Amino acid sequence: MQDPSVEMRGIVKKFGAVTASDQVDFSANAGEIHALLGENGAGKSTVMSMLSGVYRADAGEILIHGQPARIRSPKDAALLGIGMVFQNFRLVQSLTAAENIVLGEKSSFWRGSKWMRNKREEIEALGERFGLKFPVDRPIWQLSVGEQQRVEIVKTLYRGADIIILDEPTSVLTPGEAEQLFATLRVMKQAGKTVIMTTHKMKEVMASSDRISVMRKGKMIAALKTHETDELELARLMVGREIAISRQEREATEGAPLLVVRNLEVAADHGRNALDALSLTVHEGEIVGVAGVAGNGQKELAEVLTGLRTWRTGEIIFDGSPVKTASVRAAIDSGISHVPENRMKSGLAGRLGSVDNLLFKSYRSEEHSRFGFLKAARNRSWSQELVRRFNVKTPELDTPVQQLSGGNQQKLLFAREVSHQPKLMVAVHPTQGLDVGAAAGVHELLMELRGSGSGVLLISEDLDELLQLSDRILVMYSGSIIGESDHEHADREVIGLMMAGIRSVEGSAV
Amino acid sequence: MSPKPGSDSVVLKPLPMRSGRWYSLRLEYDSSRTRSPWWTPVLSVILALLLCAGFIAANGMSPLVVYEKMLRGAFGTSYGFTETMVKAIPLLLCGLGIAVAYRISVWNIGAEGQLTVGAMAATAVTIYFPDLPSFWSIVLMLVFGTAAGALWGLMTAVPRTHFGVNELITSLMLNYVALLALDYVVFGPWKDPKGFNFPGSPVFTAAQSLPVLGSTRLHIGLVFGLVAVLLYYLMIRFTRWGYELRLIGANPTAARYAGIHLKKHIIIVMLISGGLAGIAGMAEVSGVTHKLMQGISPGYGYTAIIVAWLAKLNPLGLIVTSILFGGLIVGGYSVQTIGLPSSISEMLQGAILFFLIAGDMIHRFRIRRSA
Amino acid sequence: MDFTTQLLIAAISAGTPLLLATLGGILTERAGIIQLGAEGLMLMGAVTTCIVYIRSGNLLLALLSAVAITALLGVVHSFLCVTLRANQTMSGLAMTLFGSGLSAYIGKPISGIPLPGTSPKLDLGVVKQVPVIGEIVGRLDVLTWFSLLLVLVLHLLIHHTSWGLHLRAVGDNPATADVMGIRVQLIRYSYVTAGAALIGLAGADMVLAYAPTWNEGLTAGRGWIAVGLVIFARWNPLRALFCAYFFGALDSIGFRIQLLGSAVPPYFLKMIPYVVTILVLMYLGYRNRNKPSGTPESLGTPYIREQRF
Repeated sequence: MQDPSVEMRGIVKKFGAVTASDQVDFSANAGEIHALLGENGAGKSTVMSMLSGVYRADAGEILIHGQPARIRSPKDAALLGIGMVFQNFRLVQSLTAAENIVLGEKSSFWRGSKWMRNKREEIEALGERFGLKFPVDRPIWQLSVGEQQRVEIVKTLYRGADIIILDEPTSVLTPGEAEQLFATLRVMKQAGKTVIMTTHKMKEVMASSDRISVMRKGKMIAALKTHETDELELARLMVGREIAISRQEREATEGAPLLVVRNLEVAADHGRNALDALSLTVHEGEIVGVAGVAGNGQKELAEVLTGLRTWRTGEIIFDGSPVKTASVRAAIDSGISHVPENRMKSGLAGRLGSVDNLLFKSYRSEEHSRFGFLKAARNRSWSQELVRRFNVKTPELDTPVQQLSGGNQQKLLFAREVSHQPKLMVAVHPTQGLDVGAAAGVHELLMELRGSGSGVLLISEDLDELLQLSDRILVMYSGSIIGESDHEHADREVIGLMMAGIRSVEGSAV
Repeated sequence: MSPKPGSDSVVLKPLPMRSGRWYSLRLEYDSSRTRSPWWTPVLSVILALLLCAGFIAANGMSPLVVYEKMLRGAFGTSYGFTETMVKAIPLLLCGLGIAVAYRISVWNIGAEGQLTVGAMAATAVTIYFPDLPSFWSIVLMLVFGTAAGALWGLMTAVPRTHFGVNELITSLMLNYVALLALDYVVFGPWKDPKGFNFPGSPVFTAAQSLPVLGSTRLHIGLVFGLVAVLLYYLMIRFTRWGYELRLIGANPTAARYAGIHLKKHIIIVMLISGGLAGIAGMAEVSGVTHKLMQGISPGYGYTAIIVAWLAKLNPLGLIVTSILFGGLIVGGYSVQTIGLPSSISEMLQGAILFFLIAGDMIHRFRIRRSA
Repeated sequence: MDFTTQLLIAAISAGTPLLLATLGGILTERAGIIQLGAEGLMLMGAVTTCIVYIRSGNLLLALLSAVAITALLGVVHSFLCVTLRANQTMSGLAMTLFGSGLSAYIGKPISGIPLPGTSPKLDLGVVKQVPVIGEIVGRLDVLTWFSLLLVLVLHLLIHHTSWGLHLRAVGDNPATADVMGIRVQLIRYSYVTAGAALIGLAGADMVLAYAPTWNEGLTAGRGWIAVGLVIFARWNPLRALFCAYFFGALDSIGFRIQLLGSAVPPYFLKMIPYVVTILVLMYLGYRNRNKPSGTPESLGTPYIREQRF
């Protein structure tokens, strides 16, 4: 058997008290697609970041092509032929694709039009060879996410990388785009490159990789050949116990319509239409899932419903009465709660303690303040009770919430959003970045809300989550709902196709 | 600084190392240490004194003698101390205003201008309503001064909220506009006809002057300042408004998601901020100079920025630092007698601020042997 | 000479320090560091020029000293903002306060003493014979020519060289630049220092071409106007040229109007540049409310390499 092109031994990395990588061994060969599988937070990205020089390992050694290597910076990694495509792309938005690709180049101080033309041709040729097409001359912010990823890959190839690491490459792609990516990876493999891909999606791993390494909670659990394993075994290794992915059993409910949206049109930040003739209905006691690739208007939909954004035309009827203007306060007062996409960015104030964070939406009410003064003692005991009821683990009530774990932060946020008995909850990626246990907790809470007669609009990119929880799944594409299917008849393949904008598939009611 | 026990002690692999040289040391940043220890402000003042000692020595003076003179001038005599307190009043009012705005990350560096228009508006009362009884005269001056300062603050707030203009630039530009307007009135329409052609308004009557303490120059403006600080503390701590400011300060996006209008609050804090500086201006003309003239403020509005920053927006800290910087200004005047320019205090203020900024960060670093 | 020609000359003469300071600000902010110390740096540049010129009589030495001192202050600003990651706004304010205090302090002995000379003019021979243009061009001094050359050089540097590409990348996305092997800290230090030196030179130009004597606080907010001009010019050297001359014209128009015997009190004419700065920024804010402003993306955010994503 050939020597591995990448070998990592006993890699340790700590961030404060957290050990992100605990004595990890890893190896990958040239001419193979190697998948590094694990849940969010298992340490995959950390390990790969050390290989690409973004982090320095606290201990351990790395061998590249059998030679011990000191990788202290991304530059060192590049010199060793290691290139990484990060999950959040490392592209300068204001520069063109070509400028981004030649960014690291040190040669030739003067860059006239002739020099750039030569480079453009070189880049286009390279892209063609690996099946990667994108506009070379446009600034990055004008490209789609898929195109940006292609720029990233060409960038690593252009810089002569023969060890290419892709961090969660499919998380931003439609199923079709992902297929295209795998084809590219196969060309790269044939060219003798080492392709390493981190992911948490078992199906993709089975479909595209040659070998698989599985990580769990900072430790390397197993290294397997793809054709000698199956999804069940991988799932067990990843999570550490048997999990059965099944749809939650439920009784169908017949609630009254709670939220009716008709022909909604919303302008996006750059003048296009973010929502285009969008209509949907949510009933009482119903979870409506919204599937779709990021950037198809989900964010805007959530913002309009929670009063953060104005709309151009169309009507919104909530709880029997029409909503006239966008107002966050009016939305809160009428019983709409919001679990925003990014907890720490828009949901919680990290520097403040639990009491202040729990009061966010209710501090104006009679119960919590009078004549402009907060009822301090009462709010404290009320918070104490919520923290206890929702089992939020915090050292003290005044501990800044940024010091809590992701799961506890989310519990705190749910405690706040559920505490004022919402009629409708708009939940955006509520389990993003949570481990399996915490995610299950969130799912339970959503089901409880449903049980108590509230409506839930669940916007998620995790198809499994949607299939498991939703009474109905709507598929969003380019600002409109282009398909719908109910709990029993939801089909992964069909929904996947619709996410890519392909509507008319037999059997799916539109 | 030694690493905290239990913090990540590093197991270093025997990699080839450039041993024992200074350049194998590196600074390591620990963002979790957000609270700066008590000694950083003290140390920054000491270092600033050392730096400026260099400049004083270069001027052929003994720094020790100069500093001693400054200290004695500011705090050594009862006259000096009351003068220090007199200077502390506008610093406290302006510093408080800056602190209120900075709670939601609004930078008001226009206190100088707000103070100036406050003083002008108060003077306008004396000129256009010269014969009011004492109480009404003072009240009206106070109202006009506050309103003018608040209006000046509003002119900073609105470009920010409705046009996205950086308030730093606006508030500073307005300082120059206010000072030019002051020049205009004291050289022009409000010039005292009996003033020997000296630029300045007529001297205020006793009814237009703030009461003072005994035979000193310490006036009732001190009470305005202390009451304002107390109100600030209570409002921030116990009211809904204080909670909203806390929320915006900690996370403006989250505050928006909670239905709090950032724009409204920017306007409110700038009205308060400008109003407080306006009160300071009113108190200066009515309590100290007793007439409007050029240079009524030796840069109180700028010094107050340092006061607010040094106090870390803490109410008690505001009182202490205003007195300290009041002393610095008085000390600066007192060295004029030995032939040094009073700008020495300005220089010291800038230097203190420099070291303070560095000191705020330096404790987050520790020196490590790099691998 | 007619009014317009006079105004043009005055605009260029008053605009040159603004131009130099704006270019300095552009360099600093393109690297992602806010520069609010311009006022203090200009004052330090001005006072250093005056002291050295009066003491030594050597103009070149005076200019070099001004550049050296303000570059040193630029290093201090970089150290605070880049290495220590201190608050950039606060550091700039400190620079302004310290610069005005220190310049007043060390400038006291020479206050009011006229400089031994002004900045020399280039002898252009024939060009001087051309009407109007010759009259204007013949009156431009060395620093004005230098500033014009600098506009061109900086434009080419930013848009047509590898250094410029690196600068733009560092200002917009330092993390990416770092991954691409660009030395973010080095670049930030270099441009902040060079920018500070240019702002210092702006101060030197103010005393040489404009007010040939040192007076406390003589920049009177020109540094802050330059901070506004950086935004007005959208971080672009070519636009900076027009913006600076426009403000130069505003700055001198009041004085010209007064010479014509206007009844408006001079104090109000002097307010024009400050008020127009605010109005222009408001207009730009209104016009660009839905557009990217051209601000370097990372402006004001310190870059920390070892960050958990």
